[in-house]
Amino acid sequence: MDTKKMAIIATKGTLDWAYPPFILASTAAALGYETQIFFTFYGLQLVRKDLSVLKVSPLGNPGMPMKMPFGPKWFKDINWNMPNAIQAIIPGYESVATALMKQTIANNGVATIPELRELCQEAEVKFIACQMTVELFGFKHSDFIDGLEYGGAATFFEFAGETDVCLFI
Amino acid sequence: MNFDKELDARGLNCPLPILRAKKALGEVSSGQVLKILSTDPGSVKDFAAFAKQTGNELLSTAEAGGEFTFFMKKK
Repeated sequence: MDTKKMAIIATKGTLDWAYPPFILASTAAALGYETQIFFTFYGLQLVRKDLSVLKVSPLGNPGMPMKMPFGPKWFKDINWNMPNAIQAIIPGYESVATALMKQTIANNGVATIPELRELCQEAEVKFIACQMTVELFGFKHSDFIDGLEYGGAATFFEFAGETDVCLFI
Repeated sequence: MNFDKELDARGLNCPLPILRAKKALGEVSSGQVLKILSTDPGSVKDFAAFAKQTGNELLSTAEAGGEFTFFMKKK
């Protein structure tokens, strides 16, 4: 049986959107897929040495439930959605939302992003960073973790053209 | 059922039970049996899918009081 292959393009740089590429890539690797993730635009944040840059924003995100990760059940069940205009003027709103989200993640036994990224690397998922966007955003290679390769669209297609599963996230 | 290694994945959520199982299977020999404990309801379908795709044999799946027990034989 030929080895199956999967390629992912990761384009989002927030805590919530960091999950799909790392979950799918680590799982694919566990299933025996040869896996590659191409990080471009905001997705570059996912391969920074410092992952504390990843935040989640409820602002302009009507699909995101805002619930408290502590207290009695009736309190946890309250949905604290509030108007965008109010969210926008509260200083530190995003940081608080991010801290609450991280607590919810821990409460549910869901892996952290640093943990999932490490599992991907252990499973030899290949990480490629888009050189063009690295320059566009003024990043230095030293901002990123070791073991990254740098390339462009043609590099992506070299592998993607032979894959069984190819996703844009 | 006899087993050669046990993995406690209770309290962990998708995809961790699968990833830990994959790692644990790497530590036993072909034909040996891994026992897996999980509390993730999604792991029932996931372990069946994992077995089907990797060729490891899922010998049994059982549920008791919100806990799932799987026995998997390494390919």
